[in-house]
Amino acid sequence: MSTESRRPKWFGKMRALDKKLIRDLGRLWAQGLAIALVMACGVGTIVTFIGAYRSLEETQFAFYDRYRFGSVFASADRAPRRLQANIERISGVSSVELRIVKPVLLDIEGQREPASGIAVSIPDLREARVNKLYVRHGRLPVSGRPNEVAVVERFANAHGFRPGDHFEVIMAGHKVRLRIAGIVLSPEYIYSIGPGDMVPDERRFGIFFMTESVLEGLFDMEGAFNNVSLGTLRSANADNIVVKLDALLKPYGGAGAHTREDHVSHAFLDAEMTQLRGMASIIPPIFLLVAAFLVNMILSRLVALEREQVGLLKAIGYSNLAIGAHYAKLVFVIALVGLAIGAGFGFWAGRGLTRLFASFFSFPFLIFRQSIDLYAIAGGLTIISALLGAAKAISSVIALPPAVAMRPPAPANYRNVLVGHLQRLGAFSQLSIMAFRHLVQRPVRAFLTTLGTSLSVALLITSLFSYDAIDEMIDTIFFRADRQDATITLAKDTAPGGLFSIAKLPGVLRAEPFRQTPVDLVNGHRTQRMSIVGISPGAELSRILDADMHPMDPPPNGIVLSEHVASKLDLSIGDRVGVTLLERDRRVEILTVVGLSQGLVGLTAYTRLSVLNRMLRDGRRISGGRVTVDPNGLDTIYKAIKATPAMAGIALQDLSRRQFQNTVEQNITTNTALYVGVAVIITFGVIYNSARIQLSERARELASLRVFGFTRAEVSSVLMIELAVIVLAAQPLGWILGYGFAWGVTALISSDLFRIPFVVSPRALALSSLVSLAAAIVSALIVRRRVDRLDLIRVLKTRE
Amino acid sequence: MSKPVFRTKDLTKIYGSGDVEVRALDGVTMALNEGEMTVLLGPSGSGKSTFLNIVGGLDRASSGRVFYEDLELTSLSERQLTRYRREHVGFVFQFYNLIPSLTAWENVALVTEVSVDPMSPDEALAMVDLDNRSTHFPAQLSGGEQQRVAIARAIAKRPKVLLCDEPTGALDSKTGVIVLEALSHINQQLGTTTAVITHNAGIQAIANRVLSFRDGKIIDVQTNEHRIAPAEVVW
Repeated sequence: MSTESRRPKWFGKMRALDKKLIRDLGRLWAQGLAIALVMACGVGTIVTFIGAYRSLEETQFAFYDRYRFGSVFASADRAPRRLQANIERISGVSSVELRIVKPVLLDIEGQREPASGIAVSIPDLREARVNKLYVRHGRLPVSGRPNEVAVVERFANAHGFRPGDHFEVIMAGHKVRLRIAGIVLSPEYIYSIGPGDMVPDERRFGIFFMTESVLEGLFDMEGAFNNVSLGTLRSANADNIVVKLDALLKPYGGAGAHTREDHVSHAFLDAEMTQLRGMASIIPPIFLLVAAFLVNMILSRLVALEREQVGLLKAIGYSNLAIGAHYAKLVFVIALVGLAIGAGFGFWAGRGLTRLFASFFSFPFLIFRQSIDLYAIAGGLTIISALLGAAKAISSVIALPPAVAMRPPAPANYRNVLVGHLQRLGAFSQLSIMAFRHLVQRPVRAFLTTLGTSLSVALLITSLFSYDAIDEMIDTIFFRADRQDATITLAKDTAPGGLFSIAKLPGVLRAEPFRQTPVDLVNGHRTQRMSIVGISPGAELSRILDADMHPMDPPPNGIVLSEHVASKLDLSIGDRVGVTLLERDRRVEILTVVGLSQGLVGLTAYTRLSVLNRMLRDGRRISGGRVTVDPNGLDTIYKAIKATPAMAGIALQDLSRRQFQNTVEQNITTNTALYVGVAVIITFGVIYNSARIQLSERARELASLRVFGFTRAEVSSVLMIELAVIVLAAQPLGWILGYGFAWGVTALISSDLFRIPFVVSPRALALSSLVSLAAAIVSALIVRRRVDRLDLIRVLKTRE
Repeated sequence: MSKPVFRTKDLTKIYGSGDVEVRALDGVTMALNEGEMTVLLGPSGSGKSTFLNIVGGLDRASSGRVFYEDLELTSLSERQLTRYRREHVGFVFQFYNLIPSLTAWENVALVTEVSVDPMSPDEALAMVDLDNRSTHFPAQLSGGEQQRVAIARAIAKRPKVLLCDEPTGALDSKTGVIVLEALSHINQQLGTTTAVITHNAGIQAIANRVLSFRDGKIIDVQTNEHRIAPAEVVW
């Protein structure tokens, strides 16, 4: 049976040019696939990042909207409920919810470490007007059942709690046994983090909802509230509401109202979403550029090879349009394959990423949104970039007059650059000179190939540097700055004697006092809400580190700001900063910035304990102590703390560090695997295509060398030298780009919650280069096999 | 009589199989003698190129044997064939096959660098009267000049045999004569055993012997008592 009759019927009905297209694609499948994969990365990342962003945005919006997440928030010491009418009268306020929100300590059976949480009141007899709860299981606590509680889902899951289970809480000095009535989620606590932790640890931190009447009784808050959330009208001026709410709460210890922007849960979610959007705007264009370059490379070569065919087609009457469209179709098919692979991958990865976020945040539902327009945009961009890459080759086909096309092209004119002068000295073999001259002859292509390869190195560095950065971060935070084993916070600021009660806990080896107070730091129109921490001179456990990581003493006057805070407020050493004391009627003190510190986590400002005491004007007080403990005595300490009502909470450095490491490493490992895969695809796409094209351009030369008696290894070396020069030159370029990308990532990820130090170790550079070299070597070896199989006779018998 | 450099016995080459089988060489038995200039004549597809490729170590026979002096080429491995080409054979092709990225001098040096006892590239270029063009790239040379560089490259390693496949095929008569003169000059001066494939029957007069091919067989062997000079060839 002949080959023709084996083909499907549709093939026979196709136009001749389209048959050629299909056969061309069949011949170029490996190169086409390599390009399609690079395009797939572009499409995949667009779909993944934008898809995840949209899903999160949609989910966030739906949750906020349906469950009435507040727009303005404030707390106070103890304000009378009669303020409600005044608050409702503030222009733009649509709903008001007055609440009691108090920190609590937990005692959970079977868990050694004490856990802490926040108890939040819900109305007894009606639905909350603001921050409604989503009930996953069971129901909300009802009035008249004082021991009922609703717990947030993550906390319940971490402990395996179901409705009907019990646990014990220390509230206002009373140990209370609570019964879980329901398991809930709150738009206010999509992200919640315990005191002293860097990432959420649901085992040790939870949010609890109890009826207003119960909390009123427990905390002695009858007719009072200490927390308010406001719903506002769409047209409302939030800043105006904040000012008016502050004025109303000022006499009652109002600690400063704020909008959503300063709401921890919302701010964190927003920061993540901003990052996603940032990724979507940085990463996909890289792939699409590389893909365009590769398209340009192979299509230019194909057109050069088919020059005479083009001439013939024109001679027999095909229009320029038809011939241009023929080559455009080839690129279009490759782009479609890339689009299909990328869309599939993006769908899968986008859902994975959204789920990952959902596991990090607490959403009652997940709206996974993958609308058609996203694929259309990704597809459109891919096809446009592919066609842009093809434009030069296609226009050269169109411009070629048929008579010229049917003559072979003029031989390439080489120049005697650089190496020519060295060769008579015997510095290079003729084989090396061949390789170098070929490189120099097409400098733009050589540069772009180098750039393409270097992008893979840069991507790897961008991914691998995070290991170094996280190591550095952990080292700085846990081993240089905050070296305590635990931080114990007292229920309220007490006389320095309070430290004694901490120091005498069994197993505590050393205790150092600290005091902290919430403030607004003000410089001109810039304001930052944060805490000032006062510590004693000579403190050994929690230290202030300067920019060079040297510990420094808290200043005898003035304030030390973390570099991040200083840059946010545009302050430098010697500047004066206004300190609004939020718990002292917003009284304003002026302090001089006397030093800058490293601050990778949160927003920090330090001063000496005595300076803070002077400012707060309530004598010598402490908020708690930082302690080192005998590891064998941990259990006794935990027990003692659980039983000591004066102690509001304990933050454990070791657990916090491990939780941080686990969370971060899980993310980084996923990322790294992805980036390595992607970098390999790019290197492979660039090097393989580049080598294949070289081989095609130089088949005749290489075959001649074989005829003259050069061995396969020697002949391959001509190609390999050229590739090696490109790949080696790509390394330093990749390192430079990688530094830039890594720096960009630190800037992108940097938030008020934490900042990633910019550390790129030689190890990261070396590993990145190794992966890129390995991918290059594999692609080079594949091409080498083709060199070995060159058909000497056929190549030599044909005209160039 | 001089001793043979090449001997073949029942040399057969078959391409393809079954219906599409082509018998390119069909039991050729012959010898090429040392220092001799032989012209291989015949129409397209008569087997002369296949014959040259096999004795040059570029292709393998389907059956039969080929000896280069005492070395049996038909028993050599790929690697040994490469070495054989490197050490003993010079090739000249119709389309020159110069490396475009190397100058004339460097194209010759390409071969001398890996040879045991080569002449210098300058000397080889002088033999083809191109010493004044040594720094030019192929693109800067005429077809005849390019072919002479190819000849200089082929003879620079002082090969025992020079195999030329249509060396004048792409050239006009005037340039062709110059190339033939270069070949003839080398054959006489260095005593290199030379085999030249051609379509052009006029060229046969410059050879010692003429082997005529048809349908994969040698159908005629003719010895020239008088070789004429290339300039006298009727084109």
